[in-house]
Amino acid sequence: MEPFRSVRGGGARAWLAAAEASLLRNLVGQIMTLVEPGASDPQTSAPETSDPSRPDDLAALEEMLYPPGAAQTPEDPVLARLLPDAYSDDPEAAGEFRKYTEPALRSAKYEVAKQVLDTLPEAGGRIQLSKDEALAWLKALNDVRLALGVRLGVTEEFEEDWAKLKPDDPQWTAYEVYAWLGAVQESLVQALA
Amino acid sequence: MSTAPAEVDLPRSADKPVSDRPWVTIVWNDPVNLMSYVTYVFQHVFGYPKKKATKLMLDVHHKGKAVVAAGAREAMEHNVEVLHGYGLWATVRQDT
Repeated sequence: MEPFRSVRGGGARAWLAAAEASLLRNLVGQIMTLVEPGASDPQTSAPETSDPSRPDDLAALEEMLYPPGAAQTPEDPVLARLLPDAYSDDPEAAGEFRKYTEPALRSAKYEVAKQVLDTLPEAGGRIQLSKDEALAWLKALNDVRLALGVRLGVTEEFEEDWAKLKPDDPQWTAYEVYAWLGAVQESLVQALA
Repeated sequence: MSTAPAEVDLPRSADKPVSDRPWVTIVWNDPVNLMSYVTYVFQHVFGYPKKKATKLMLDVHHKGKAVVAAGAREAMEHNVEVLHGYGLWATVRQDT
């Protein structure tokens, strides 16, 4: 990898090896699958009870716009971190907020991930980003790091925790990938700052 | 732990009726988000100067959370939507 550097006009450029590009495509693709609009959290997709006082056609429309289950905090900790509750001490308000905003948040996360795939050469090489594309990369890289960070259970003592692992530990590679993603994102922040 | 950093001016509201109290946007610490990224987001989303954005980021980091904006409920909810788009852990509540 050559880290991101700023370019005239506000964008950024970098260079990734083929294996790095392939890894990044894979990770970003996993986020797309996870947040894809309409993809419900498999553990929480219990049907909501319908309100008998409302006409069926309105209920059907609402169900299409706000699929059942969308008002609940996802049980998958990664999804719960990517799509957090907006109210920490008011589950009812959090549910209402989620119901009306989660589909758009899922779409936004899906779109920034797709922008990464669209601007990342499959075989690696030079990456040239406009300012808007660079912003999409920042968000998408952050989503990937959040997902990996939750799965690994990283703490503020990431470096120390990593140093304690033996290189043949099954988690060692994941820590290395997580650290690499952090370096890529850091270079992009610095390039845009 | 204080949730009201010196950089955001909040009116004294403890003796006001509940309906008059402002709403606030809170950002919580998490071990993943880069300090530089959080600072960048505060500058980019709120238009805060780098010094103020850095101060708020350090408040989040050291105190566990910080109030990053105050105002009408709808505006605070909009902030939270935007911050969730950036992957920051943000919530809304009415000031106490």
